Amino acid sequence: MRLPLSALIGLILTGTFVFVAIFAQWIAPYAIEDVSGGQWEAPSAKFWLGTDTIGRDILSRLIYGAQITIFVALASSVLAFSMGAFLGFLAAVKGGWIDQVLSRIVDMVMAVPSLIVALVMLSVLPLNLTVLILVMGILDSTRVFRLSRAVAADVAVMDYVEAAKLRGEKGTWVIFREILPNALSPLVAEFGLRFIFAVLFISTLSFLGLGIQPPLADWGGMVKENKDGLIYGKSAALLPAAAIAALAISVNLVADWILTRTSSLKGGRGG
Amino acid sequence: MNDKQKQLDWMVAQAKSGRMTRREFVGRTTALGVSAGLASALFGKAAQAQAKKGGVLRAGMQGGESTNSLDPALAASEVPFAVNMTWGEMLVDVAPDNTIDYRIAEEISSNADATEWKFKIRQGVEFHDGKTVTAEDVVATLKRHTDEKSQSGALGIVQGISEMTAEGDMVTLKMASGNADLPYLMADYHLVIQPGGGIDNPAAGIGAGAYKVKVNEPGVRHVFERHANYWDAANGAHADEVEIIVINDNTARTAALTSGQIHMMNRVDPKIVELLKGASGITIEHAPGRGHYVFIMHVDKAPFDNNDLRMALKLAINRQEQVDKVLGGLGAIGNDFPINAAYPLFDDTIPQREYDAAMAAEHYKKSGHDGSPILLQVAPGAFPGAVDAANLFAASANAAGVPLQIKLEPDDGYWSNVWNVAPFCASYWGGRPVQDQMYSTAYLSTAEWNDTKFKNAKFDELMIAARAELDEGKRKGMYSEMANILRYEGGLILPMFNDWVEARREEVAGWTPDPNGELMNGKALIKCWLA
Amino acid sequence: MHPILKLLVQRIALGLLLLLGVSAVIFLGVEALPGDTAQAILGQSATPQALENLREKLGLNDPPLTRYFLWLGGVLTGDLGTALTNGVDIAQAIGQRLGNTLFLAGCAAVIAVPLAILLGLIAARYAGRWPDKLISGITLTTISLPEFVAAYFVIYLFTQLIPIFQPVAMVFPGMSFWAKLNAVALPVIVLVLVVLAHMMRMTRAAILNVMQSAYIETAELKGLSPMTIIWRHAFPNAIAPVVSVVMLNLAYLVVGVVVVEVVFGYNALGQYLVDHVTKRDLPVVQAVGLIFAAVYIFLNMLADIIGILANPRLRHPK
Repeated sequence: MRLPLSALIGLILTGTFVFVAIFAQWIAPYAIEDVSGGQWEAPSAKFWLGTDTIGRDILSRLIYGAQITIFVALASSVLAFSMGAFLGFLAAVKGGWIDQVLSRIVDMVMAVPSLIVALVMLSVLPLNLTVLILVMGILDSTRVFRLSRAVAADVAVMDYVEAAKLRGEKGTWVIFREILPNALSPLVAEFGLRFIFAVLFISTLSFLGLGIQPPLADWGGMVKENKDGLIYGKSAALLPAAAIAALAISVNLVADWILTRTSSLKGGRGG
Repeated sequence: MNDKQKQLDWMVAQAKSGRMTRREFVGRTTALGVSAGLASALFGKAAQAQAKKGGVLRAGMQGGESTNSLDPALAASEVPFAVNMTWGEMLVDVAPDNTIDYRIAEEISSNADATEWKFKIRQGVEFHDGKTVTAEDVVATLKRHTDEKSQSGALGIVQGISEMTAEGDMVTLKMASGNADLPYLMADYHLVIQPGGGIDNPAAGIGAGAYKVKVNEPGVRHVFERHANYWDAANGAHADEVEIIVINDNTARTAALTSGQIHMMNRVDPKIVELLKGASGITIEHAPGRGHYVFIMHVDKAPFDNNDLRMALKLAINRQEQVDKVLGGLGAIGNDFPINAAYPLFDDTIPQREYDAAMAAEHYKKSGHDGSPILLQVAPGAFPGAVDAANLFAASANAAGVPLQIKLEPDDGYWSNVWNVAPFCASYWGGRPVQDQMYSTAYLSTAEWNDTKFKNAKFDELMIAARAELDEGKRKGMYSEMANILRYEGGLILPMFNDWVEARREEVAGWTPDPNGELMNGKALIKCWLA
Repeated sequence: MHPILKLLVQRIALGLLLLLGVSAVIFLGVEALPGDTAQAILGQSATPQALENLREKLGLNDPPLTRYFLWLGGVLTGDLGTALTNGVDIAQAIGQRLGNTLFLAGCAAVIAVPLAILLGLIAARYAGRWPDKLISGITLTTISLPEFVAAYFVIYLFTQLIPIFQPVAMVFPGMSFWAKLNAVALPVIVLVLVVLAHMMRMTRAAILNVMQSAYIETAELKGLSPMTIIWRHAFPNAIAPVVSVVMLNLAYLVVGVVVVEVVFGYNALGQYLVDHVTKRDLPVVQAVGLIFAAVYIFLNMLADIIGILANPRLRHPK
C-alpha cells in the first residue's frame, strides 16, 4: 500500500501536535500565566514568537493551548463516538421501536442548532472542563449516531451477521464482534471530521466567552485575547488561528486518505 | 489683572475666529495663570463660534444591549447614558473645569445652612413635543425618581430632598439635612427633565435636549434629528442628524473608525493606542478623569465577609503593573477608595497601598479560608482590558499564595446578570463631580447601586455630617476619615484610575476633553461638528 | 394514489410531526433550565410577595403541560408572547430581524451554491489532477478556519488594506437594495468561505460515485466529451446527495451564523438570541429556537422531496 504525500504530511503534523500536547509542561519555555515580557514584543531570542497582549510568551501559550485544545476536542469526540456509535449500532441491529425512538430523538436534537443549545446550556451550567466536554460530546453524538446507524444497517444485512443472529448471539455480541470491525474504517474517518468539528466548536465557544476559562487558554481563546492587534498586523492573533487551521487541515488530510482507501459511505445520511 | 483680562479676551477672540489652535490657546492662557481645565473649557466655548452646521455625525460605541430602554432612570451603561445626554437636558451640567454649567436652571441659590435651595427655571426652553419646560415638570421629574418603583439609579441622590415645590419659574427644594453639593447632584445623568416628569411614559424619549429621537433600536443604533427649537443652538446641535451605532466588538469598532464608517468612538483599548496613533486621519483624545476600574466584593457574602480575606486580596494586586499594562500608562494607581486628586477636598496624605505578597499571605492565613479557589467573575466588556487586568491580578495573587481564579463571563448580559449580583466581579465607575455624590451613589448603606453591599453606620454618619458642613477644612477631614474606613473595611479593590481614551476622525472639530465622562461627558455629538 | 404522491404526503406529515415534537422539546427543555424566571426578572432584592405576584401573572404556577399548550396555541395564531426583559412583543421584534437573517443567508446562498457546484464539477472532471488538487486544497483551508478568524481576516483585508467595504454590517428599513448589499458584503464573503467547501466536496464525491456506473461507461464509449457526460448524465443522478448537502448548508446559513453576526454587529436573529439567552429571557429563547428548528426541518424536508422527485425509479414506477 502506497502512502500519498498529503496523508504523510497530515500524519506527521498530527503526530507533532499530539506530541507537543502531551509534553507541553516540558517543552514550553514559560508557564502559561507568566507575564514575562512587555506587550506585543516582536519575536526575539527570548520570546521565539513574541509576546501577547499583556506580555506573555506566545510560544508557551500556543504549546499549552495545544494541550487544552486537543484534550477537550479529543475527550468530547471520544464521548460522542462511544455514545453515538453504540446507540447507532443498537438501533440498526435491534430495529423496531428502539430504532424509532432513538432516531426520532436524534432528529429532534439535530433540528435545534447545536451552537444555540450549547450557548443556552453553558450559560446556566457551571463553566468547567467536564461540563464543556459533556455538552459538546452529547451534542455531537447525534451526528455519529446517524452515520453509524447507516453503516451498521448496511453491514447488518450481510450474511455473516444474519448467521450470528441465527446462532442466537446477543445484540451486544453482534455489535462488538461482527459489526464494529466491519464498520470501523468509515467511522475512523468520521472520527477525524468530528474531531476537527470539536476543535472549531471549542474555539467558537471560547471566542463567545463560554469555553475555556482564563488564564488557561485554548487557541480560540488566544485569538480572542489578541484580536485587537490583528488589524495592525500584529501576529499574536494570527499564530493561534494558524495553529487551529493547521491542526484541522492535517487531521482532514489523514481522514481523507482513510476515506478514499475505503471509499463509499462518506457523509451518509442515515435515519 | 485688567491687563490679563484683556489678553485673555484677545485670545478668546482669536480662538473664536479659528486663528488659534487649542494647544496654542491652552499654552498661552495657562501662562497667564489660568488653570488648564478652565483654559480648555474657554477654548471649547470660543471655538463654538466657528462651528459648521449640517451633515450627519456618527459615534460608534461600546456598552449597549438590545434590552436598553430610553427611560433615563434606568440608564446604567455607556450607550443609554450617551443617548439620554443627546435628547435630554438636565437642570445643570458640570463643565470640564468642574464649575456648574447652567442648563434648564439659570440661577441657583441657597440659604445659609444649605437646607433650602432655589432653582430659577430658564424661560422659553421647549420640549420636543412643543411644550414649554415649567417648574412643575422639574418637580414631577424629581418626584418620579424618588419613587422606589421607578428603579432610578438616582434614588440615593433625590432621597435626601424632603420637600419639592414649584412656584412660577422657581423650584424650591428643602433638604432633610444640609447639602452643600446639591447643584452638582442635579447634574446626575439620570435626572433628565421630562414633560410631566415622564410619569405616563418614562421611555418616550421626549426631552429638551439638542436632538429628537428619530430611530430607537436598542442594542443596534439610535438616530436623532436636530430639535428645531433647541434653546442653546449657539453652542451645539451643529449636525443635522446624529447617530449612535452600537458596536460592542473592539476590533470592528476600531475598524469602523479607521475606515470612516463612524466619526468617533468611545473606549479605545489602551493596548492599541500606540497602534491606532499610526493610522492616518485619526486623533486619540484622552482626559484624566475620575473614572476608575474596580474589583468589587460583596462584604456580606462568604468568603468576602471576612475582612482579612478582603485585605489579603487588596494587598495582592500589583497596582503599578495594572496601570502600565492595562492602561498602557494612561492613568494613575488607585488606593481602594473612589476619590482622587480630580475631586475637591481630596486628602493626598493618605498612604498609598502597595503590592505586598508577604502581608497578603499573612492576612490570607489569618482569614482561615479553606484554600478553595476564590472566583473573580469578569467579562471583556467590564472595562477595556478587564480580562487582562484580572489575569494580572490572579497572577500576582497566586504568587502571594492567595488562590484567586478567574471565571470569564460573556459580555452580553454582564451588567444585569453578574454586576451587583455575583459576590466578586470586575466593574468600573465613571466617577462623579463631587465626593459626596460618589459615596452616596455606591457606598452609602441604602444606595441603590451599593455594589459592594458595604454597610457601615459610622461611614454613613460621617457622610451626612460632611454634606452639611460648610467649613471646608472640617469637611476635608471627614472625607479623609471616610476614605480610610472604606480602604480598611470596604469591599472595593480599586487598582487604577483610568483616563478616558477615545478616538475621533480628524474632520471632527470642536472636541474638548472632559473629565466628567466619556465622549465629552456624553455631549460630543452635540458640541462637535464636521469641519 | 400515485406512489410518489403517497411518499410526499408521508414525508410532509413526518416533517410536521417532527416539528411538533421539537416544539415540545424546546419548550419543556428551556423551562427545565435551573433558576427561577421571576427571580431573574425582579433581581435579588425582590420581596417574596412580589415574586409570587409575578409568577401568578406569568402563569408560572400552572403545570408545564398546560403552559405548553397555551404557548403552542399562541404560536399557531402568531402570538409569540412578550420579552421578559423589556416587555416588547416578540413577534414584532423578530419580524425585521428574521428578514435580515434571510437577506444575509440569501445573499450568501446565491453566490455559494452555484459556485460550489461549479467547482465540484470541475474538480470531478479533473479528478486527481492539478485543478482538482488546487480546488480541494483551497476549500480544505477555508473549512479549517473558525468563522471569527475568517471574519477578522476579511475586516483587515477589505477595510484596512484595501478599504472598499465597511466593517459594521447593519441594515435598516429604508436603505436601498445596493446600500444593503454593500453593507453585508463582508459577512457574505465569510459565510461563502465557510459553506463553500462542504458543498463542493459533496458534489465532487457524488459525481465521482456516479461516474463508476455502467451507463457512464456507455456514454464514454459513445465518444461524448467528459464535461458533457458529467453535465448531462452524471449530475442529474447525483442531485439527491447534492441537494441534501445544499439544504444542510442553507439551514446553517440561517441558524448558524451567530458568530458572524456578533463580529459584524449585524442586527439579525442570532445576535438577538444571544442577547436574550444570557438574560434568561425564556419566551424569546423558545420563540427563536422554534423558528430555527422550523427552518431546519423545512429545508430537510425540501431536500428529501427534491430527492424523491429527482429519482427516476420513483418517478416512473413499474
